[in-house]
Amino acid sequence: MYRYDAYDHRLVAERVAQFRDQTRRFLAGDLTEDEFRPLRLQNGLYIQRHAPMLRISIPYGMLSSKQLRKLAHIGRKYDRGYGHFTTRQNLQFNWPRLEDTPEILAELATVEMHAIQTSGNCVRNITADHFAGIASDELVDPRPYAELIRQWATLNPEFAYLPRKFKIAVNGSTVDRAATLVHDIGVHAVRNEQGEIGFRVLVGGGLGRTPMIGYVIREWLPRAEILNYLDAILRVYNRFGRRDNIYKARIKILVKERTPAQFTRLVEREWERSRGGAASVPDEEVERLASHFDPPPYAVLSGDDAGFRAAVADNRPFGNWAKRNVFAHKVPGYAAVTLSLKKTGVPPGDVTSDQMDAVAALADRYSFGELRVSHEQNLIFADVRQSELFALWGELKVLGLATPNIGLLTDIICCPGGDFCSLANAKSIPIAEAVQRRFDDLDYLYDIGEVSLNMSGCMNACGHHHVGNIGVLGVDKNGEEWYQVSIGGAQGEGASLGKVIGPSFAAHEMAEVVSRLIEVYVERRHDDEHFIDTVRRLGLEPFKERVYAAAH
Amino acid sequence: MPRLIKNGAVVEDRWTLLREAASLAELPAGIPVIVPLALWRTERAALSERGEVGVWLKPDDEPEALAEDIAMLPLIAIDFPKFTDGRGYSIAQLLRTGHRFTGELRAIGDVLRDQLYYMRQCGFDAFAVRADKSLEDALQALTDFSDGYQATVREPIPLFRRRTSPGLVRETSPAANDPS
Repeated sequence: MYRYDAYDHRLVAERVAQFRDQTRRFLAGDLTEDEFRPLRLQNGLYIQRHAPMLRISIPYGMLSSKQLRKLAHIGRKYDRGYGHFTTRQNLQFNWPRLEDTPEILAELATVEMHAIQTSGNCVRNITADHFAGIASDELVDPRPYAELIRQWATLNPEFAYLPRKFKIAVNGSTVDRAATLVHDIGVHAVRNEQGEIGFRVLVGGGLGRTPMIGYVIREWLPRAEILNYLDAILRVYNRFGRRDNIYKARIKILVKERTPAQFTRLVEREWERSRGGAASVPDEEVERLASHFDPPPYAVLSGDDAGFRAAVADNRPFGNWAKRNVFAHKVPGYAAVTLSLKKTGVPPGDVTSDQMDAVAALADRYSFGELRVSHEQNLIFADVRQSELFALWGELKVLGLATPNIGLLTDIICCPGGDFCSLANAKSIPIAEAVQRRFDDLDYLYDIGEVSLNMSGCMNACGHHHVGNIGVLGVDKNGEEWYQVSIGGAQGEGASLGKVIGPSFAAHEMAEVVSRLIEVYVERRHDDEHFIDTVRRLGLEPFKERVYAAAH
Repeated sequence: MPRLIKNGAVVEDRWTLLREAASLAELPAGIPVIVPLALWRTERAALSERGEVGVWLKPDDEPEALAEDIAMLPLIAIDFPKFTDGRGYSIAQLLRTGHRFTGELRAIGDVLRDQLYYMRQCGFDAFAVRADKSLEDALQALTDFSDGYQATVREPIPLFRRRTSPGLVRETSPAANDPS
C-alpha cells in the first residue's frame, strides 16, 4: 500500500499543527462557531447529537494492521472502545471530545493517517474497488490512480470551498464494485486497442435528495491528463455550481441544468488551457505510485487447494461461509475473505477496539499485514492462502466476524441514523436489527439469495438507499419516525435507482414489510432469478399489492 | 490610513475601494481607486486616462470581461461576500494563469486568517483582512504549510515533478517570483 515519504509526513504534521491552533483559537473565543465550522469539518469533526463525531480517512479503503491497531487504541483512549466503518470506506468515532481532536490527529499522523477533507464542501476521500489488484475481472489496478487523485485533492487550494461536498470513485474492472455511477465524478481506468491506459470520465451521478446516474462526458482521456481534466471539471463546478440553495448545490444539478453537452463543452474549453502543461502526469510518477501497490510475496501454488475443497464439501457451515464470504483471487491458491460486520444485534459497520486488535493480528498472520474496508461496510483480507481459510474461519467465528451473509439480505448497508446523527429523521440501526432477526434462518436466507437492503436515516443517503434492491429511507412526519420503502435499485455497472412503493411505514411494521416483499419474490421468481431481476420483470404492482394488503 | 497584508507584510493601503460607485462623478479626485467592474466597462476610456485605477470583481463576474485590459490594470480585487464562497479562488487562478495578470491581486470582503494560505496559492498577493481581525495574527497563516501537492499559481510545478526529478530546473511564474 502507499507509504508516506518526507513530503507527505510534513504536510500531515503541518495540518495537525494548523488545526491544533485553530481549535485553540476557537476555544479561546477568537474564532466564532461559524468561522470554525468549515475548518473543523475539513478535519473530519462534526458536532453530533450526543457528542462530536470524528471521521477518519481511509484512502480507497486500504489499511495496514499497524494502522488498525492505532484505530483500536484511539477508540479505547478517546472514545467508548469502538468505531464505525462507513459507506465511504472511512472510520467514524462517535464520542471523542473536541478538545482531544488535535491529539487524536497527531496520533493518526504517526501511522500515516489523517481526517483531512472527510467532511465539508470539498473533495472527500477517494474510493475504489475493495478487490483492487486481486480480482480476475480487473483491467487496471485503480489504486495508483486513486492515490494520484488523493494527492491532487488533498489541501487543493482552489477547491476547498466548493458549493457542496464532492465525491470521486475510481474503478479499473469490468465489474463496478465502487459505485462509480453514483458519484460526483466516476473514473474508469480502461485500455484502448493499443494497450494504453486511459480513463472514461463520468460526471453528475449521486444519491441524496435528487438521485441521478452519472453521464459519460469523455469516453477516453489520456492517462497523463487526468489531473488537468479534474481541475477543469472542478473549476467549472466551483464557478457555476449553485450556491443559493443547499439542495441544488451538487454538481449533478449543474450538469442537469446546463445539460450534459453544454457542461462538457465548458469543461473541455477549460481543459484546453492546461492540457499538456506542468500538471500532466509523467509515466515515471504513475510508475512510482504503482510500485507502492506491487503484489505481496505470494507463494507459488499450483491451483485450488485440495484441503480447502474437501473442507467445503465436508463441513456445511464452513461451506456456507466459503460460498458467501470468500472471493476468487487471480493468483492460484489464494482467496480474498470478507469479514462480515453485519452480525445480528451489532449495528452494521461497528467494530470494537478489541476486535480491531484481533483483526490486526489475523491480518498479520493470514494476509500480509493489510486489509481493506468495503463500501458495503465490511472488512476484507485480500490475500489469504486457501489452505489457511479453514483456520481463519475458526478464528473469525470466535470474534463474531464470520457471519456467512455477504451479499444476502442481512448484509445491510446502514448509516448511523438517529441514534447518533443529528441530521437523521429516523433511527436506522434498530430497523436493521429487526430485519436481521426476522431472517435469522440461514436456509431461508440462502434460498432468497442475493439481495441488497440499504437504509438511510435521511435524504442525505449515507446508507445508499436509492441503489438498494430494497431501499429504506427514514422520514419525519410531524415529529414521528416513518420509513419509506423503495425497490428496484441496484449498484454496479447496471446501476438503477429504486422506486418508492407507496406510503411510508412505522418502525414496528418494517420487518413484516420486508418479509412480504421477499415472499412475492420467492413465489414468483424464475429459476436463477435474483430479487432485482424479478422486480424488473414484474414491476412494482405485485409487491405493492402484497405489502399494502390487510394483514394475512 | 487603513492597512492590509501585501507581499507577505503588513503595509498601509494607498487604495480606496469604492464598492458602490456607479458614475465618474462619484469618484474622489487625485487618489488611487478600485471601482466596480460595471463602472469600468462603461467608463473605460475616461478611467484609464485618470491613472491608478483598479477594478473589483464580484464572484459571479466573468474575468473574461477584463481580458483586453489585463496589461493596463495595476490592481484587480476579488470580493468574498462570505469566506465560504470559494468562487474567488478560481477567478484568481484564471486571471493569473489564463490571462497572465501580473499586477496586484487583492482579496476583499470576508477575508480571514484561515483562508489566506489557500488564497495565496491561487495567486492573491494582497489581503484586505476583515477590519475586526488582527492583520499581524492573519499574517502567520501564510506559512501554515511548507509545500503542497498541486500545481498552483504560486508553485506551478506540482510536487510529483519535483519529487521525481530533484535536479529539475524549476519554471517560474510572476507570482512565484514575488518576495512574499
